[in-house]
Amino acid sequence: MKILIDEGKCVGAGTCVLAAADVFDQRDEDGIVVLLDADPPHTSLPQVRDAAARCPALAIEVVE
Amino acid sequence: MTNTQPTNTEPTKTQPTVRSCPFDPPAEYRTLREQEPVAPMTFPDGAAGWLVTRYDDVRTVLSDARFSAKRGILRPGGPEGDVPAPPPPGLFIMMDAPEHTRFRRLLTGQFTVRRMRQLTPAVEKIVAEQLDAMAAAEGPVDLVQAFALPIPSLVICELLGVPYADREEFQRNSATIVRLNSSPEEFQQAQGAMRAFIHQLVLAKRENPTDDILSELVQSGELTDEELTGVGVLLLIAGHETTANMIALSTMCLLRNPEQLAALRADPSLMDGAVEELLRYLSIIQFGVRRTALEDVELHGHQIKEGSMVVASLSSGNRDTEHFADAPELLDVAREHTPHLAFGHGIHQCLGQQLARAEMKAALSALLERFPTLRLAVPVDEVPMRDDMLVYGVHELPVTW
Repeated sequence: MKILIDEGKCVGAGTCVLAAADVFDQRDEDGIVVLLDADPPHTSLPQVRDAAARCPALAIEVVE
Repeated sequence: MTNTQPTNTEPTKTQPTVRSCPFDPPAEYRTLREQEPVAPMTFPDGAAGWLVTRYDDVRTVLSDARFSAKRGILRPGGPEGDVPAPPPPGLFIMMDAPEHTRFRRLLTGQFTVRRMRQLTPAVEKIVAEQLDAMAAAEGPVDLVQAFALPIPSLVICELLGVPYADREEFQRNSATIVRLNSSPEEFQQAQGAMRAFIHQLVLAKRENPTDDILSELVQSGELTDEELTGVGVLLLIAGHETTANMIALSTMCLLRNPEQLAALRADPSLMDGAVEELLRYLSIIQFGVRRTALEDVELHGHQIKEGSMVVASLSSGNRDTEHFADAPELLDVAREHTPHLAFGHGIHQCLGQQLARAEMKAALSALLERFPTLRLAVPVDEVPMRDDMLVYGVHELPVTW
């Protein structure tokens, strides 16, 4: 699994952090998404998919 | 199938607004979802447009840049022309990218998940102080005035750098702005008073910056005083109207669903999920979110013409059986997967959603723990519901214990 994020689209809602805290974080200064793990273990897939589905700005893409 | 705008020969359909149960959206939404998910509607200002009621379509409308947020805020039942055009500077909920992006980026760092978690002890302290005062007063009390409104109001004042001592005036003005039947004069007067109040604060913070969002924005040098004023007004209104109503209405809803309340009391670890479920179930932005098509868009076989207004119903989407397969019409505090639309979707999704979550968790947890025998002090049908407000909830909630 590979995760692609588009910082330009991110609106800092934080929904990805709630869905998958091991994989996503937010920059303190502007709340923009930070990818903690670009290739997380397969067991994280449901949470990562959930994060991508919830992202209001469609800034997360999951390549399986 | 291709539909066009309604013609004069067809009966005019208006957006459903009458509830039969205080916690459910109007029943017509279910029929619309099943039979006419993209339905032609005439709105109170006379505009012809479309009402979108399914979860997936609501998300599409709110995340597709072909739909613009500029047209304004929906006020069904409100007088015509009550939303000034163009909107006042800084009102970024009525902007599109990239104009919107400039404002959003300045604010997102203030409302991150981490920052709101760090704020939780301060919120819990405010909650405990309100509960102390409530307990000292003995019942019955109005939970809105004693608890649900002061918590978010105190918190947003602290965050923003607004003196809470001035609350009586700005809470009244805020209520006038979100009340549907305010006259255009009342609306303009309240908005003007709110802007004058925040404008004075902006000037004061330019002279003497303190440790708050408004001071930081002033010091960033990115915004004009007019824009700063607009942002301040927006955050102040959004910061307390919404969460106050979620706290009060959630309490009423739990009291009317004793099995759910018992489950939550028995296992406080359910609270995070319960907050999401209450947000989904109650969906207090009761009339949805308004957008305008910037070009011709096809949605579910309907041709939505450029310039048409589209209303995306958050409350209807949150009850969509196609998306929430497991009885979405029921409140289930143990529901496991709740990707709801209560905060909207797309680039305008609620900036303060993590703050709202932190406040709801702190408030509901402490209230249930402190008052194990909490109950309504009046019959349920005597609770005055906010059918007349953009933000649904209760005007008052008399409770005792």
